[in-house]
Amino acid sequence: MQTEIRRPVVLEPSVGSTPLVRTGAEPPPRSRRAMTAGPDRIFEIVVLSASLLISVLAILLLATIVERGSEALAQFGLGFVTGTTWNPVTKEFGVLPAIYGTVVTAVLALILAVPIGIGAAIFLAELAPRWLAQPVSFLIEMLAAIPSVIIGLWGLFVVVPVVRQVESFLGHNVGFLPIFSGPAFGIGVLSASVLLAIMVLPIITAITRDVIRVVPMSQREAMLALGATQWETIARVVLPYGRNGIVGAVILALGRALGETLAVSMIIGNTFKISPSIFSPATTLASLIATQFREADSAIYLSALMAAALVLFGITVIVNIMARLLTWRLSAFSSGS
Amino acid sequence: MATQTISLGKRASSIERELSSIDRRRRIMDLTMRGLCSLAALLGAGALFLLVIHVVVNGVAALSIPLFTEMPAPIGTPGGGMAHAFVGSIIIVGLACLWGIPAGLLAGIYLADYQTPRLGGFVRFTADVLTGIPSIVFGIFGYILVVTRFGGFSGLAAAFTLGVITLPIVARTTEETLRLVPHELREAALALGVRRWRVVLSIVLPTARAGLITGAMLALARAAGETAPLIFTTLGNNFWNVDPTRPMAAVTLTIFQYAIWPYKNLHEQAWAASLILLLVVLLINLTVRLAARSAPSR
Repeated sequence: MQTEIRRPVVLEPSVGSTPLVRTGAEPPPRSRRAMTAGPDRIFEIVVLSASLLISVLAILLLATIVERGSEALAQFGLGFVTGTTWNPVTKEFGVLPAIYGTVVTAVLALILAVPIGIGAAIFLAELAPRWLAQPVSFLIEMLAAIPSVIIGLWGLFVVVPVVRQVESFLGHNVGFLPIFSGPAFGIGVLSASVLLAIMVLPIITAITRDVIRVVPMSQREAMLALGATQWETIARVVLPYGRNGIVGAVILALGRALGETLAVSMIIGNTFKISPSIFSPATTLASLIATQFREADSAIYLSALMAAALVLFGITVIVNIMARLLTWRLSAFSSGS
Repeated sequence: MATQTISLGKRASSIERELSSIDRRRRIMDLTMRGLCSLAALLGAGALFLLVIHVVVNGVAALSIPLFTEMPAPIGTPGGGMAHAFVGSIIIVGLACLWGIPAGLLAGIYLADYQTPRLGGFVRFTADVLTGIPSIVFGIFGYILVVTRFGGFSGLAAAFTLGVITLPIVARTTEETLRLVPHELREAALALGVRRWRVVLSIVLPTARAGLITGAMLALARAAGETAPLIFTTLGNNFWNVDPTRPMAAVTLTIFQYAIWPYKNLHEQAWAASLILLLVVLLINLTVRLAARSAPSR
């Protein structure tokens, strides 16, 4: 009833004045309060609470994992991160081998994926004619949509046997190097890295391609006018121009590779040890949590898994924030143009 | 005098020769690197091609009607299907999208049309943090928040967790889409005296419809393909169950289990189920992309 009376008095001038005052993304000054009467106010509260839900969930996520993991962290302290024993029977938990496995598989995956990903992006943005670039682009982006359990299944039955042959070949010829030592299982760090490389490839390619596309044409023309070849133009002008965005893409890919669970846990062998050889089975934080979860029969065991999740959470958040800081400039630039 | 010109001529020609050899080297380098880049693109597209071929070949060979209609046979015996997993997946993903997508839409509306700079920035930051963390961490979150507090492992716990994964994704894509709606449209409606919430619901959202559907469908595809969070929330179930308050089976979870068990007929079923899942996910992506491509020309 009250709103019925108030409506014509307060609303009409403010509704009329709003469009005049508003330019671009500027929030409407002062008139906002007057406008948000009745259903307007309700709608604003609804959308506001939906947004706050996101923030609340994020905070809750961090808080609950910290709470549940704190028991293990309190008991083992820094030893949880530096310890190399994972023994549920004696209730000793240290996750260093899992951190090592996580980092090694992710870095190896990037070593494989970065040259291919950037090369493919150069092909798509600079070299290929449009009729070819579009479908190839599409295929590579589709790779990102495939559920990781399918990639894991494929990896287990198709990639692992191939990797085993590559490993035995490398073992025969350069087996004296510690990283290529040991028996060729197929299952292990190298297979996991190959799968991770396939999974992060579309991230690197798609972002790098977009970065290359926003490099102004005049930059290329200047270089070509000086007599540079196309490759020289790409290597000395186009890529350096987009360096921040490309590094951001690589770090984003790193974040994905660090946290990938299913595909890795299916083919890494889940062996809790640190080995210099990339042929040997290993484990990652995510894989450790996924495979041990059902066996966790004591509170401290479960808490150790939660603490491992916390370590993984910390690593990926730091990596992602770094990536965003680097790509932020790009997005500010491209959305402005 | 004569000897000098001859030596000068010699020097010039040697410089010329050197230049042309540098030139040749640059040309070869150019060709090589361009070739390598093309090869890289071929490798990337080839990886998808190989994967799809393997899934299709193995999947089609194992595809059968009982896969969709029958329950699993006792382990070690041939035959059986995974009807319970298909039903479980549909229920879990359906429930997840039922709350995750609308909530994400509303949050996106806030970010695009209602935000105050400071709060909007904070929400955007937390949404970005959420989209960046591994799905297994969401699984742990769902386990702690729902499973340990509300009646154990259940389809609902899984639906909650998958919803948490889709929520920030939908919110961010909605925001980006709504920002593309021209401001003049909003202003024109406001100038006619239409209220803000009506402007959003009847002008902004319909204009951005195609983009919003795209975002929602991609989030659905993402939720359907998730496995890691399900391990911690619904646990899986070998029996028929359509009651989401109890542990449920899911396609991705079943593929994962079957793949690591040493039974050939279970591997075949895993391939067949993967084929179905792959088709669903790729079809969603394909239609969404084709629709998005034809939208601007409208």
